[in-house]
Amino acid sequence: MRAFGKYLKEIVTGSWSLLVGMWITLRQIPVRPVTVNYPYESLPMTNRFRGHVELIRNDETGEPNCVVCMACQKACPSNCIRVEGHKPEGAPHRIPTLFMLDFTTCSLCGLCVESCKFNALEFSREYNQASLSKEDYQMDLLQRGGKETH
Amino acid sequence: MPHDLFREIARLVLYVVGLVAFGAFNAAYLSLLERKESAWFQRRRGPVEVGPFGLLQPVADGLKLLGKQLLVPRGADVLLFKLAPVAVITPAIMCLVVIPFSETIGARDFSLGLLMIYSFGAINVLATLLAGWASNNKYSSISAARVVAQNIAYEIPLLLIILALVMVTHTFNLREIVELQSGGFWQWNIFQISASPLMPVAFVIYVICMLAETNRAPFDIVEAESELIAGAFTEYAGMSFGLFFIAEYVNVVVGSCIGIILFLGGWQCPFGLLPGLHWFLVKLYLFCFAVIWVRWTFPRTQFYGLLNLSWKILIPLSLVHLVVTAILVKLF
Repeated sequence: MRAFGKYLKEIVTGSWSLLVGMWITLRQIPVRPVTVNYPYESLPMTNRFRGHVELIRNDETGEPNCVVCMACQKACPSNCIRVEGHKPEGAPHRIPTLFMLDFTTCSLCGLCVESCKFNALEFSREYNQASLSKEDYQMDLLQRGGKETH
Repeated sequence: MPHDLFREIARLVLYVVGLVAFGAFNAAYLSLLERKESAWFQRRRGPVEVGPFGLLQPVADGLKLLGKQLLVPRGADVLLFKLAPVAVITPAIMCLVVIPFSETIGARDFSLGLLMIYSFGAINVLATLLAGWASNNKYSSISAARVVAQNIAYEIPLLLIILALVMVTHTFNLREIVELQSGGFWQWNIFQISASPLMPVAFVIYVICMLAETNRAPFDIVEAESELIAGAFTEYAGMSFGLFFIAEYVNVVVGSCIGIILFLGGWQCPFGLLPGLHWFLVKLYLFCFAVIWVRWTFPRTQFYGLLNLSWKILIPLSLVHLVVTAILVKLF
């Protein structure tokens, strides 16, 4: 008799748990989907994301903070940074005329950003980097400047 | 007389075309509903790319399946391998013949309609068994063994429930069963507590058995993609797989139709107003919604759990229901 009672109780509690489960899934219908419809919409990239490096520009003049000290070029273990510059008459410091980044060999180690003493280099938050041609990864950072926050 | 003959032939052709189209349309758009509904339950979006709201997705899927090569694996039993998809889709479509969609719409008013549906429904098992056996694949063979064990286990409570219901209605004719339930929702068989207090339980048992008979999750141990790849359908490619897929959804539609006709008053309105095809379709798609809802709520049962549920719970309960109904029919 006790076994029979247990059997009946199992049927009732079992059926109840099924109903609870179905209620849980039903409640999800009006909830907004968490999916981001990627190519059409995207989320802002997080602050600590490491994209390719980019030059920080002076807020007022819009010129790069870089003084062509070459620390980043020396620090780079894979020789992917090439900087050239000159010092115009009367200028307070040297200004870069060329700042090339070979992104095909860059491993995003960050030694260049660490070595920069003039607040001139940072990681960008650019992550849409797919391309079919190798040339797209020879980046002229003087041209690319500006903060791209995707 | 030739005029009548012509009319009869025209009626026949129209119903054949109509039913096949109805089956195929439902298979296509229930698969879309399945994907959309699963997305709603999981806070996703589901198909949105093809057409507005993804409405053309089934067309794209169908074209993809049509474009694929039909492969026959080496060592397969070629005749049975090619026969199985046909044998699985034909009975599914045949079952639609006797279903009365409304007072006037129904291909064939057959006095043994209910019996016919379950006879043809049984072929489904045979076809899956053939597919699994003919594929010459270990997964498919295991699946073939499972489908037989599962369907034998679940046909017993299903037919016991039907038997008890027929004792109340005194007819196998689906149209007459619906007509008996006219009035309001309190006239529906599911609420005929005076015929047997277990009638609502019988409806639940019917739904469970129907899910198992159509091999839907959580009873889809025949397909069980995580254990058996796709079970009996592993070796099928292109449209021969597509036929199994269509048959699954047509079987869901047939099972839902029968559930509505037997327990939920067919084309009758819940409040006794304007009975007709629209009520049948509303109930049909609500039922299909619930079937998909169950699939995306519960995980797949184990094989032991599946058989235990049938032999230890459903069969005793449906037997009790049968006995109670018999006693009450005899007394009143």
